[in-house]
Amino acid sequence: MYKILKKRELNPTVTLMEVDASFVARKAEPGQFIILRVDEEGERIPLTVADYDREKGTVTIIFQIVGGTTQRLNHLSEGEYIQDFVGPLGEPSHVEGLKKVAVIGGGVGCAIAYPVAKKLHELGAEVHSVIGFRCKDLVILEEEFRKVSDVCKLMSDDGTAGEKGLVTDALKALIEAGNQYDEVIAIGPVVMMKFVSLLTKQYNIKTVVSMNPIMIDGTGMCGCCRLTVAGKTKFACVDGPDFDGHEVDYDEILKRASTYKEFEKREREEACNLFRKEVK
Amino acid sequence: MPNMSLKKHEMPSQAPEVRNKNFLEVALGYSAETAIEEAKRCLNCKHKPCIGGCPVRIHIPEFIAKVAEGAFEEAYQIIQKTSSLPAVCGRVCPQETQCEQKCVRGIKGEPVAIGRLERFVADWHNANSCDLPVKAEPNGRKVAVVGSGPAGLTCAGDLAKRGYDVTVFEALHLAGGVLVYGIPEFRLPKSIVQKEIDNLKALGVKVETNMVIGRVLSIDELMSEYGFEAVFIGSGAGLPRFMNIPGENLKSVYSANEFLTRVNLMKAYQENSHTPVLHAEKVAVVGGGNVAMDAARCAKRLGAKEVYIVYRRSEKELPARAEEVEHAKEEGIVFKFLTNPTAILEGENGSVAGMTCVEMELGEPDASGRRRPVEKAGSEFTLECDCVIMAIGTSPNPLIKNTTKGLETQKWGGIIADEHGLTSREGVYAGGDAVTGAATVILAMGAGKTAAEAIDAYIQSKN
Repeated sequence: MYKILKKRELNPTVTLMEVDASFVARKAEPGQFIILRVDEEGERIPLTVADYDREKGTVTIIFQIVGGTTQRLNHLSEGEYIQDFVGPLGEPSHVEGLKKVAVIGGGVGCAIAYPVAKKLHELGAEVHSVIGFRCKDLVILEEEFRKVSDVCKLMSDDGTAGEKGLVTDALKALIEAGNQYDEVIAIGPVVMMKFVSLLTKQYNIKTVVSMNPIMIDGTGMCGCCRLTVAGKTKFACVDGPDFDGHEVDYDEILKRASTYKEFEKREREEACNLFRKEVK
Repeated sequence: MPNMSLKKHEMPSQAPEVRNKNFLEVALGYSAETAIEEAKRCLNCKHKPCIGGCPVRIHIPEFIAKVAEGAFEEAYQIIQKTSSLPAVCGRVCPQETQCEQKCVRGIKGEPVAIGRLERFVADWHNANSCDLPVKAEPNGRKVAVVGSGPAGLTCAGDLAKRGYDVTVFEALHLAGGVLVYGIPEFRLPKSIVQKEIDNLKALGVKVETNMVIGRVLSIDELMSEYGFEAVFIGSGAGLPRFMNIPGENLKSVYSANEFLTRVNLMKAYQENSHTPVLHAEKVAVVGGGNVAMDAARCAKRLGAKEVYIVYRRSEKELPARAEEVEHAKEEGIVFKFLTNPTAILEGENGSVAGMTCVEMELGEPDASGRRRPVEKAGSEFTLECDCVIMAIGTSPNPLIKNTTKGLETQKWGGIIADEHGLTSREGVYAGGDAVTGAATVILAMGAGKTAAEAIDAYIQSKN
């Protein structure tokens, strides 16, 4: 059992939790993830490590309330326990040796992009971050990003926060302004990562994306999280989750992600009834 | 006077048309009366060839004699000396090629039903005995076991019986390995596996779940920082193989590992499970091993109208146990022999619409001694299905190999170990599927037992 030490609502649908998990905290690196199970009946879901404190033995996770399991998780309070919490899993992001990097975060993907930006900043790289949200109410981690970025662009679909537009608009402007990046790191919805990759392909900038397919064990024993990269099948949980953005088959990923749509809808409705709370 | 009946006593079981709609255990086990009668068929012969056929060397005639007397707990204590998981072994061992194959009664008639008797004794003990096992005198030496499958559990149990302080590290949230995620409830009820693991805990074995060795701790850290004097690696062969044919990443294509993990470990067959699994109409399972049979029979129980086993060789070459094949047929699984898939066809929004297959014929024997299947020209056809399960084998997970310096492995990933389980690293032993590639539960148990003896000798010699 893993104790929830801190719980904070970052916006109406995104929650941060600091969890007592000393073994995970000792080894976790940016880009890695954990798998958790809320309770005895729970399913296993992957969540990226958003932060860690090796001294205190804590791991921070940030999750969006999108379905039954995340609602059940969000229903737990500080001092309560998560049944299972296993990690760190996956390969850490490769950030060593990079001098100038654009980090792109979309929505709750910012929670995954943030530790990468932070690590790059700590290693002395010049970090340009572009973070995008649907609207002002959904903005998360803006302060944190500003602290670790040399340039930080905040974008919103409707213009209620920062500039109006997509993250690709801001990235394009930065590139056109003459910024030469060693690498672009994009983390967010699959469609966003696809369009960032299409853009950077035109400029021939190496682009890394972080994939979030359906997972069960997260240790490479089932292949549920498989995807096609450069024509070859890879398992996101052990080979990734980071991949070359120019080589990923995004359309296949979108199709596979819809496998349990019907089931997930029922689970969401059931959890909504259980907690009498509507999820946007 | 021994019972000279030429046939084994039948074990009652659920009728095929009933059981293929539920996940309850198929075979129901002997009653006390039947067990005693069957036990009387044992001649208690001088040479006891049956013991030689058992990878963990259970004193078979000795325990059977106790069953014949109705002394079931005494029978259990005899089995328990050499086997840590009798309720499991009695169910899933291929006795026909092990103990029962060597039984003298099998020369003329059927052998004594050793597996059924072992199962009866273990179930009787688990249901009726409150005696806690006698813990061995602690010797103060620590051993780590990586993986809680049959190899790891056996090794841990044997070491605990010798007084070692044993900790088992398991990556999943439940201990048992393939016994909990792979073999379905209807062949091996999970409550029975749990009971066996509780028995081990009562012997003093500690089980740490959610620990992925290779990520959270390395073998070296276990030995240097945590004071384990030896490590046994029983991490199995859990990495699924795919065929690399077009359409394999469509959304209703599963590896058997994924499908069975969802169904067995996550209990997706239960109405209230929070883990989803597809309930398909027509399912094609590719492969002919026990895993393929398990996947097919699970798919049938989830409500599929048609379930096919697609196998590239003929019925004679099926690697699955004859009994499993028989059960699958009774439950309505359709076998497509000498058939090989070439592509999976895409339907609406990335789902499966069917599978293109070719017919095969058998050519000359290959390296494995089996006749090699050769494609029949112009035989291509489409098998209509909406879900495909790939059950064509697994290989060892590379995680431990990649994070343990100096641990030598075969080209295909198997850890290299000598006949005692010793690897290329001092104090590091390995056994089961991690060494041999996908094999059987009982071979893994045998390897765990052998390694436990070697670890004991190694640690004693260090004094």
